[in-house]
Amino acid sequence: MTDTLPGATVPDPLDEAAVTAAVERALEDVSGASTLDELKAARIAHTGEKSPLALANRAIGSLPKESKAAAGKIVGSARGRVNRAIAERIEALEAENDARILREETVDVTAAPRRRRAGARHPLSTLQDRVSDIFVGMGWEIAEGPEVESEWFNFDALNFKPDHPAREMQDTFFVDPPERHVLMRTHTSPVQVRAMLEREVPIYVLCPGKVFRTDELDATHTPVFHQFEGLAVDRGLSMADLRGTLEHFARLMFGQEAQIRLRPNYFPFTEPSAELDVWHPGAKGGPRWIEWGGCGMVNPNVLRAAGIDPDVYSGFAFGMGIERTLMFRNDVVDMRDMIEGDVRFSEHFGMEI
Amino acid sequence: MRIPLSWLREYTQLPADETAEDLMADLVSVGLEEEAVHRPSESISGPIVVGQVLSLVKEPQTNGKTINWCQVRVVPEGQEQTLTGKGIDPSGVQGIVCGAHNFVEGDKVVVTLPGATLPGDFHIAARKTYGHVSAGMIASARELGIGEDHDGIIVLSRLGLDPEIGTDALALFGLDDEAAEINVTPDRSYCFSIRGIAREYAHATGTSFEDPATRVTPPASLEGGYDVVLDDRAPIHGVLGCDRFVARTVRGIDPTRPTPQWMVSRLRLAGVRSISLPVDISNYVMFELGQPTHCYDLDKLTGTITVRRAEDGEKLETLDGKVRELDPEDLLITDESGPIGIAGVMGGASTECSDTTVSVLIESAHFDTVTVGRSRRRHKLPSEASKRFERGVDWQVADEAAQRVVDLLVELGGGVADEAGTDVGSAPAPTRILLPGTFASERIGMEFSEELIARTLGDLGAAVERRGADFLVTPPSWRLDLETKEDLSEEIARLVGYDKIPSRLPVAPPGRGLTRTQQQRRRLVQALADAGLTEVLAYPFVSETANATFGMAEAGAPRPAVKLANPLSEELGWLRTSMLPGLLEVAKRNNARGLRDLALFEAGLVFLPEDGAIGSASIPPLGERPTDDILDALEAGLPHQPLHVAAVFTGHDSPAAANHTPRLWDWSDAIDIARLVGDVLGVDLVVAQGAHQAFHPGRTAQLALRTGEVVGYAGELHPKLLAAHDLPARSVVLELDADALFEAAPDVIVAKHISTFPVATQDVALIVDAGIPADEVKDALREGAGELLEEVHLFDVYSGPGIGEGKKSLAFGLRFRAADRTLTADEASEARAAAVERAAERFGAVQR
Repeated sequence: MTDTLPGATVPDPLDEAAVTAAVERALEDVSGASTLDELKAARIAHTGEKSPLALANRAIGSLPKESKAAAGKIVGSARGRVNRAIAERIEALEAENDARILREETVDVTAAPRRRRAGARHPLSTLQDRVSDIFVGMGWEIAEGPEVESEWFNFDALNFKPDHPAREMQDTFFVDPPERHVLMRTHTSPVQVRAMLEREVPIYVLCPGKVFRTDELDATHTPVFHQFEGLAVDRGLSMADLRGTLEHFARLMFGQEAQIRLRPNYFPFTEPSAELDVWHPGAKGGPRWIEWGGCGMVNPNVLRAAGIDPDVYSGFAFGMGIERTLMFRNDVVDMRDMIEGDVRFSEHFGMEI
Repeated sequence: MRIPLSWLREYTQLPADETAEDLMADLVSVGLEEEAVHRPSESISGPIVVGQVLSLVKEPQTNGKTINWCQVRVVPEGQEQTLTGKGIDPSGVQGIVCGAHNFVEGDKVVVTLPGATLPGDFHIAARKTYGHVSAGMIASARELGIGEDHDGIIVLSRLGLDPEIGTDALALFGLDDEAAEINVTPDRSYCFSIRGIAREYAHATGTSFEDPATRVTPPASLEGGYDVVLDDRAPIHGVLGCDRFVARTVRGIDPTRPTPQWMVSRLRLAGVRSISLPVDISNYVMFELGQPTHCYDLDKLTGTITVRRAEDGEKLETLDGKVRELDPEDLLITDESGPIGIAGVMGGASTECSDTTVSVLIESAHFDTVTVGRSRRRHKLPSEASKRFERGVDWQVADEAAQRVVDLLVELGGGVADEAGTDVGSAPAPTRILLPGTFASERIGMEFSEELIARTLGDLGAAVERRGADFLVTPPSWRLDLETKEDLSEEIARLVGYDKIPSRLPVAPPGRGLTRTQQQRRRLVQALADAGLTEVLAYPFVSETANATFGMAEAGAPRPAVKLANPLSEELGWLRTSMLPGLLEVAKRNNARGLRDLALFEAGLVFLPEDGAIGSASIPPLGERPTDDILDALEAGLPHQPLHVAAVFTGHDSPAAANHTPRLWDWSDAIDIARLVGDVLGVDLVVAQGAHQAFHPGRTAQLALRTGEVVGYAGELHPKLLAAHDLPARSVVLELDADALFEAAPDVIVAKHISTFPVATQDVALIVDAGIPADEVKDALREGAGELLEEVHLFDVYSGPGIGEGKKSLAFGLRFRAADRTLTADEASEARAAAVERAAERFGAVQR
């Protein structure tokens, strides 16, 4: 590349028209440059040491003193115009260049790989935590107990008479030999007795956990399932307190529209006893009453078994199935989905229910 | 309990248009839960009428059969056929082809006319057959769904029926009736009767009812009847097995008399099929009054009836034809020939009523609930009778029930009742309950007036006396469940309606929140899920072999395990001592479903009994607090049940994708996750080369606390076990005793002061024998470097050319920093040299 323009003549610094013509020519080349390299060439040709305008500028030095100012003004302003045009053009070309590079770096974001597997809680476990949190928020405590339990805690302490048919309602796994009175707990109620033996009144506890009955697994039964039971023992508790607690809980579980209904029922460990239905506004197939669990006022014999005087204190208790709650709350239709451990089931829920 | 509506209507103000659904809705409020509706009209519909066979022509067919070409009158002579439709003959006489041969001209039969539908969605239409147009069908009992008999068609005269031609046969057989089935809780035995349901219906709706027991009038006293002796020498829990036995006799019954259709249909709706008139009557009275009775063939009885316990070695052939070995606890009805029945459970074959029985002895007795319940369980003989006796029958109603059976046998069987009868035994002392005046209001949480309490308890049939501000209540004889003031409070609330109970939210005292262990468990489970593992919940039932393999590190020394007495499967008859067998089953199931890249975990209890006996020989009684010693003994009889956490990894760590190469899980992932568990709990886990029979012998990490207590294992499963479980090669697992970790976690973590002076980092590569654990070399470096060392980590392991046979090179990065100054290069190098020297001393490490 040459730094002189072919055929270019050096304008007379006092010849404004000639200087302007040189400027026009420079501007034409600058704006015509489509790459930074072309622009560089144009810059050298029009502003380099041997460019017409540089030479014209140099020629000012040999002009008579009185002409220098006028010539300086003409040439100076001309060079200024060219330099500004070059700067602007550089900026434009650089911006264009940057944009092109970014454009070329475009990826298909939809093809991003999943490098990390998403883990998941089992929804029964998540739901158990959710229920516990509601009661902890009300000042209750969470109580636990063993899954292999003494028969006394599971039945006798709960006022199941030795030959009462109610013992048979619960088909019990006994530990071998059965004469040693150890079994797999059939409900979480033995934890209530333990809680009463361990604590001082007033007692407000929730007992969630795994329970066992000799049912074969099918769409609606499983030999291993989960319950949560609540127990409150205090002075002056009544069924109205039970209803209030259950209503509060139902609303936190199913929304403000939720209602509860109590129906007379029988359990050896409560008197009066009630079946608990919940009005589930979001139930699949329309709002309806759904059987949710059992409840009642703690039978005085149960308080006596824990050394609590039933003439001074009264209590209420309630219990629900976690599987059942998940089934109607989250529309799980087959028990086996919750049991078999197919990862698709848990992963669909993730960390939430 | 199934309640035929027509039966209930006999004793209550049941509206004419009440359906079974309406009835169930009414009964919900008093605590009788709906189960099902039984409605024959859902599967059968008319026109089905009574017809008379006018003529019958036998026509032999080429296939060897003979059919009857019948003309059947279905409209009384002289009247017009009002039915219209295809196949209905306006003359009132239908031409019908019939294959049965048990009838003759003049017989009245059941005709299903064209347009009718029979059970099984069988539509009747006129159709061409055997050269005729057969316009309808002459029906058998089975075709109508009212019996099993299909040997011939129903000939109404043989059922004792002579209805007018054209009569609606659906009404004739009670097929227009329906039943509501409700669930009766074990305490409410009196609801296993129309009598009890009628009372409850009246409670639920506020209408009146008539007690069926008041419809009969037994003699004021029964004397001179059949000899009956009550001789129970071994009462259970001190309660006599039989405390009342009413015996009545009826003679001259016509054994050919059929059971009337109204009774057959009610029994059918109640769930019992018709057998013979005496048996049907006995069942009918049981459903109506709740008192089971038994009819013996009087001519087959020998001498005095004695009610006693069985003797060793005694046997009885029961009605079902099976010979039963009797237990000394069984209460028997015997005569001088020996046992003739197991009390309240089942009668004997030798004294059974048959189709030649003309004289019967009716037993209406009161048996102990426990005695009957145990015999029923022992002989696996659940029956309608045992169901009622086990839950408790009204002592008072025995003579009314016997009288009702007598009356029906006289009325329907043509028998003559003996005036003499037997009634032995004595009534139990009545229960009296003192109900403090305000007790129910306090227990239920709403105000009940004294007047309301007295009226409600009176409605139940209780006798209520005032005792100052309190009530002295004698519950009715049929309410064996009412024993305490709490029971009475439920009755008051139940009859007022549970829906009237107000709502009040009690305020618990300030709570302590989740316990530390509960928080730790949550953190553990959540951390594993956050690390990409999926939580599963496996059953705890495992095989003996699985426990022997996974439950103990050393082979051949299995730890004791809990065995179930009645497992669902004999093979899986033990409770887990390790989480891994269940988890591997879940992994295997997922693999079989094509889900091969897995990271599963479970936190759950394992069951670790000590050697020696489990449980206790006896258990304390109910209703009182056992002593601390007894409670401790109960506790000591339970197996240790710590929380374990385990994980299994098969296949890849992530799904295959463009721009990503998934990695196969390997042994180090198991150790990494084990360490993560330690980290989230703040427990420093010591990883050492380990050995466990279920693991790959060279790829097993033993995980221990700083105290040396081993808390688990992590690594690759033994290839043979993987093959046995159909799991991919190189699958890895870990199992940790979570409770031990929770306990080891520090209560308070003392803050570390952070230095902001510049860091000096140096690397070192050491050559050691290949068998030396890297972690121990690291420990030596840490010790040697002293307190200027802030952190040290292994960043490369190399073995191969240039290192020497049987050697490996371990490259560590060391980070030095002082708390109070900027370290000079010399200081850092000196510390590094000291570190290397320690490693050299201990392991002969040489700088590379």
